[in-house]
Amino acid sequence: MIRIEGLTKSYGATQALRGVSFEVPRGQVVGLLGPNGAGKSTTMKILAGFVTPTSGTARVNGIDVSVDSVASRRLIGYLPENNPLYEEMMVRDFLDFVAEVRGIPRDRRAERIRSAVERCGLRSVLGKDIHQLSKGYRQRVGLAQAIVHDPDLLILDEPTTGLDPNQIVEIRGLIKELGREKTVILSTHILSEVQSTCSRVLIINDGRLVADDAPERLGSSEGGTVTVVLASRTGAPLRPEVVRPVLERVPGVTGVEPAEAEGSGTLGFRLRYGAEDIRRSLFEAAVSNELCLLEVKRQHVSLEETFRKLTGGEARNTQDENKPPLAA
Amino acid sequence: MGTTLAVARREFRSFFNSPVAYIVIGVFLVVAGWLYFSTLFVAGQASLRGFFSIAPVLFVVFAPAVTMRLLAEERKSGTLELLFSMPLRDWELVAGKFLAALGMVAVGLLWTLPYPLTVASLTAEGARFDWGPVVMGYLGLLLMASSFLALGLWASALSRNQIVGFIIGLLLCFAFYFIDKFAVVLPESVGELLQYLSVDYHFANIARGVLDTRDLLFYLSLTAVGLALTTRTLGNVRQ
Repeated sequence: MIRIEGLTKSYGATQALRGVSFEVPRGQVVGLLGPNGAGKSTTMKILAGFVTPTSGTARVNGIDVSVDSVASRRLIGYLPENNPLYEEMMVRDFLDFVAEVRGIPRDRRAERIRSAVERCGLRSVLGKDIHQLSKGYRQRVGLAQAIVHDPDLLILDEPTTGLDPNQIVEIRGLIKELGREKTVILSTHILSEVQSTCSRVLIINDGRLVADDAPERLGSSEGGTVTVVLASRTGAPLRPEVVRPVLERVPGVTGVEPAEAEGSGTLGFRLRYGAEDIRRSLFEAAVSNELCLLEVKRQHVSLEETFRKLTGGEARNTQDENKPPLAA
Repeated sequence: MGTTLAVARREFRSFFNSPVAYIVIGVFLVVAGWLYFSTLFVAGQASLRGFFSIAPVLFVVFAPAVTMRLLAEERKSGTLELLFSMPLRDWELVAGKFLAALGMVAVGLLWTLPYPLTVASLTAEGARFDWGPVVMGYLGLLLMASSFLALGLWASALSRNQIVGFIIGLLLCFAFYFIDKFAVVLPESVGELLQYLSVDYHFANIARGVLDTRDLLFYLSLTAVGLALTTRTLGNVRQ
């Protein structure tokens, strides 16, 4: 459905995109994640066909968006960042206008508008002026104009910005529903949004694609931490300098730090691990060293940690520049 | 074509749904009407000449007033981005906005029709009111308006700020109107060139009653140049 190859975009001296490539098959819901200024909006605007890339190609259903942008725009529904709308128009008139500009034949217009209105729950506000609507309803109007022509691809730029938690849930539900029949690519910098609505995440930082995977899998190869609380089986006093090397020797452990214990006679440690699950080996090690595992708590590297690691501050960036991106 | 008309229709309706239309047209009618009728009876001639001599200058101010928000507001509010995502070519958008503006001016001129009707009824016994110059005069005004509107539209595209759009538009229209007034102090050949570029010169020709293709060509070219510049500016704004 979408194929992007080597996309670059410079605005004068600033490079907004430095060679982004990815493919999205039909029917997928993809999240474009990245800090502000990373290039998410630029990528989407190029895909939507109104910004021309400095180099590289973007194709929607095989149509090159730079070569025939009118044709590609017919296939796409776009919701811009900040959802700009004609404030003075009535909802009904606005959707009429969009339907007309989008070239929906006259005899199908009423039905298509009705369908978009139903899906976005706008029936009660059709006669209202857009400036009178709450933010949640405005977002729905924005979504309605994006789907009125029944496009195969939806490009949503930060669709839940500025909404209150209830409205966010509603819009996300709407997006998920639309995602069942259409291909959706949405951008956000809210991590939980990606986890709840998308089946795939692309992380963009500083104009480059730095990660591409399913949200649950992202970072799973990074491992995580296991926090343990230990006590002695024999009642003998536990000495950290003795226990610690034991833990360090457990296969798969990459680092040991002290952590909170549970009172006298117990010790707490946080163990870092890589790809392996260390819990069984940990159990074995505890048994053979007369240690009792009072608590074993595992935490995967969260998406947030992965995100921050991949998109961290200036210093981190230059260090990671030569590191290969995490790929699916 | 359909998309152009859709844009034009939307803009036209939006203009008349807001107080702007009534203020702009209203003020134009009051000023034009006053200036015309205050000299009409003194001159004692049943003709629209008084009206056609002041209307062009008024257009220098009112055309930019009509166009100032057409593109500047879209840029400011971000709705331009929404339009860019539609299967709408840049020139179709520009054409739509232009047609809407022309329509608005046409409505304004429509409201001045009472002038010739009134004056015609005041014609002295035995004399006939000459409708020829009146028709040509209105045609000339429309042609002149179209070039002013095209320039004003370009000015509106240049900024997010309506006021800036108005001022630049005003300066452009002013330049093309007064350009030949400086001919007096310049050498003859330059003076002729300037005269050819003057909106007022061509209008005066038409108002005299003859539609010379040169005058027609002038207005159409100026309009085309304005619209082409607007399209180009929009293309740059997109990026």
